[in-house]
Amino acid sequence: MTELNKIKQDHRRFKQIVRGKIKRNLRKYMSQGEITGRQGKDLVKVPLPRIDIPRFRFSQKQQGGVGQGDGDVGDSLGSGEQSPGQAGPAGNQEGQHGVEVDISLEELAQIMGEELELPNIEPKGVKRIETMRDRYSGIRSTGPESLRHFKRTYKAALQRMISTDEYDLDNPIVIPTKEDRRYRSWKETSIPESNALIVYMMDVSGSMGDEQKEIVRIESFWIDTWLRSQYKGIDSRYIIHDATAKEVDRDTFFRTRESGGTMISSAYKLAMGIIEEEYATDEWNIYLFHFSDGDNWSVDDTGECMRILTHGLLPRANMFCYGQVESPYGSGQFIKDINEHFGNHDRVTVSEIKNRDAIYDSIKEFLGKGL
Amino acid sequence: MKFIPHHLQTIIDGIRDIAQDYGLDFFETIFEMVDYQQMNEIAAFGGFPTRYPHWRFGMEYEQLAKSYEYGLSKIYEMVINNDPSYAYLLEGNNLVDQKTVIAHVYAHVDFFKNNYYFSKTNRRMVDEMANHGARIRRYVDRHGIEAVENFIDTCLSIDNLIDYYSPFIERRSKPMSEEEMRNREVPKFKAKDYMDEFINPQEFIDSQKRKMAEEAEQAKNFPREPQRDIMLFLVENGTLEAWESDILSMIREEAYYFAPQGQTKIMNEGWASYWHSKILTSKVLDDSEIIDFADINSRVMSSAPGQLNPYKLGVALYRDIEDRWNRGRFGKEWEDVDDLERRYNWDKELGLGKEQIFRVRKLYNDVTFIDEFLTEDFARENQMFTFGYNRKSGNWEIESREFKEIKEKLLNSLTNFGQPFIYVRDGNYRNRSELLLHHKYEGTELRVDYARGVLEALYRIWKRPVNIETIMDDKGQLLSYDGSEHKEKSITYKPI
Repeated sequence: MTELNKIKQDHRRFKQIVRGKIKRNLRKYMSQGEITGRQGKDLVKVPLPRIDIPRFRFSQKQQGGVGQGDGDVGDSLGSGEQSPGQAGPAGNQEGQHGVEVDISLEELAQIMGEELELPNIEPKGVKRIETMRDRYSGIRSTGPESLRHFKRTYKAALQRMISTDEYDLDNPIVIPTKEDRRYRSWKETSIPESNALIVYMMDVSGSMGDEQKEIVRIESFWIDTWLRSQYKGIDSRYIIHDATAKEVDRDTFFRTRESGGTMISSAYKLAMGIIEEEYATDEWNIYLFHFSDGDNWSVDDTGECMRILTHGLLPRANMFCYGQVESPYGSGQFIKDINEHFGNHDRVTVSEIKNRDAIYDSIKEFLGKGL
Repeated sequence: MKFIPHHLQTIIDGIRDIAQDYGLDFFETIFEMVDYQQMNEIAAFGGFPTRYPHWRFGMEYEQLAKSYEYGLSKIYEMVINNDPSYAYLLEGNNLVDQKTVIAHVYAHVDFFKNNYYFSKTNRRMVDEMANHGARIRRYVDRHGIEAVENFIDTCLSIDNLIDYYSPFIERRSKPMSEEEMRNREVPKFKAKDYMDEFINPQEFIDSQKRKMAEEAEQAKNFPREPQRDIMLFLVENGTLEAWESDILSMIREEAYYFAPQGQTKIMNEGWASYWHSKILTSKVLDDSEIIDFADINSRVMSSAPGQLNPYKLGVALYRDIEDRWNRGRFGKEWEDVDDLERRYNWDKELGLGKEQIFRVRKLYNDVTFIDEFLTEDFARENQMFTFGYNRKSGNWEIESREFKEIKEKLLNSLTNFGQPFIYVRDGNYRNRSELLLHHKYEGTELRVDYARGVLEALYRIWKRPVNIETIMDDKGQLLSYDGSEHKEKSITYKPI
């Protein structure tokens, strides 16, 4: 009675609808950080409002129901929005608020690419790492016995015997000859891979508050998701700075709060050091992201920054992105300085992120060049 | 799909014969063996693999497949109300599981065949569903999947707006038109002239006339009286293209087909559990299998706090009924006994238990079943309670163990599947062909965001503004949707 794969069609439709919903609500997801907070390994949970079919029903909190078991009047059965059991056994499972859907990061990146109209990145230089892989994709008539394909061999023998009328229905013995034997064969394929390094730098001086860091966190999640979909091997490095810079792990990067002044050049120097030591530029595609509120300590230091950028970082990097987050103390001068120096530089992108709603456009600015 | 292996077929035949000896009476039942993927697939389609294409089956499938993969749940059995019935066994289940399922299935099929609420269901539903599938696929070819699927979504939004009892209403005469009603004469008894004013007194004639005039007035209403089968009303009066109207009718038909399964969940699962236990433990299992059976049975019967397991409640009630009728614990004589000692030892040795449970499975649905057979003793012995949401603590809490409240709450949650009663009140509201629905308020408010969603669906069918009157915060409220925006205003709520 089952038609094979019929459910696959419906499943594909469901996925399409989910995709469509995510696409339409991407701006919202990006500004609310709902998705980043739920990141698992390579799946993210996406809460979808109202994918279920609306029907007339009672508002839930007034309902409750009947249960069975131990306990005194007033004992808790559980908290939260949802009723612990179903209100009535005959009620169908309509207790849920919308639906949560798992979606792979790769797919999310794809959706993001489509919606933000991001160009695919053309990696620079030689695709360095080539992985070789054997694929068993063919059949041939010679080969080692260990690769003999039993089914194909049997089929060939059966074919031969039927066509020569040797096959006896009452005594259905099939004997393969040497010519009938079939073996698996393989092809060597090489998969070129290009690698990328992303260096995230963040200003953690006193003026960067929690909200500012949250914006950076959300924005880097999406940048990360996109770049990961473009490159096979990705290294991420995290640098925080106030008046001095240090390298930290991802976790610390988003949590730390320091106080004190701001010397942006310290971060650039450190990034420069990391690149020079560990990442040969002709093998790596290098992306630099720097987030700050733009309040640099001194004009001298800003000058120093521009010097490092011009002579050190920019020649080595695919792209340098500077995102200026607006803090409670306002937006600083640094963005203007960068614009002055590199306004027309095609590998420098700056973006002002006033609030969460601006994340969407800012990502578009950063990644829209396809470098 | 695989054929049933020989040894299993022998077991099936054996259990079938035993079930028949116990008095179960079922359609021919065809078992098929499926792997878990196929099982999930069939379950996603609500048991009918040939159903029309729709994304929600895909969503259902994803959820089933996931919870199977994560080891959260596994579907053991599925059986289709049809003649012949189809039942699916899960490949790779151990033999005791299979035996349990087989016995369980036969009892379900007996229930389908004999319970009154199933008597009007289409017993050729497998064919019908395939037919629906083919028709809708044809519409998809013609109008595109987007359009058809969107319209199906619309229909599903209102597929609970049917009258669950309407299959049982037989309408003998065609209703009169308004014209005919106006011109009616009050029928008089035959009498001699001089007797006429005594046999047909003037006051009576006048009062009948008034009544008829009222009826004629009502006949102007559209619909004549508030109607619960809103789907039918829309099929007949909505502004739809032929294919849309056809889809709406199909979905209505499917809703009526599935309704009795919702109306008898506790009874049906209870009945099946009663018989799988009885058949297996008395006739089928050998000693070595008892532990495995106890294991699976306990899983079927388990319930978390705040949950009511229909299998467990159902089987316990049947056993209670059987015991009470065996010992004569029913009727006035029994009710009147106050003495605990006498109550405890009461046994008239009537032996009517078996007869009674067969009668119950024939005539009752969940609401009448609970109403009549859930006794105070039973509620206490089974530790039943009511729970509710405590706004202060943000917790769901046990509210009461009072019998009256338990029963009331349970019946409330079962009546109309725990869904609000909605009627079409006026198809020509404000004399502007707007649609007016009425929510029969019984103490619980509607969920507004969902109600708005339904209004949008209704607008899609009605093509004119749609409204529903309800009560919110103890005041009458009219929710309206005119195709572009939602409005709310307070009204005086007139019950019907």
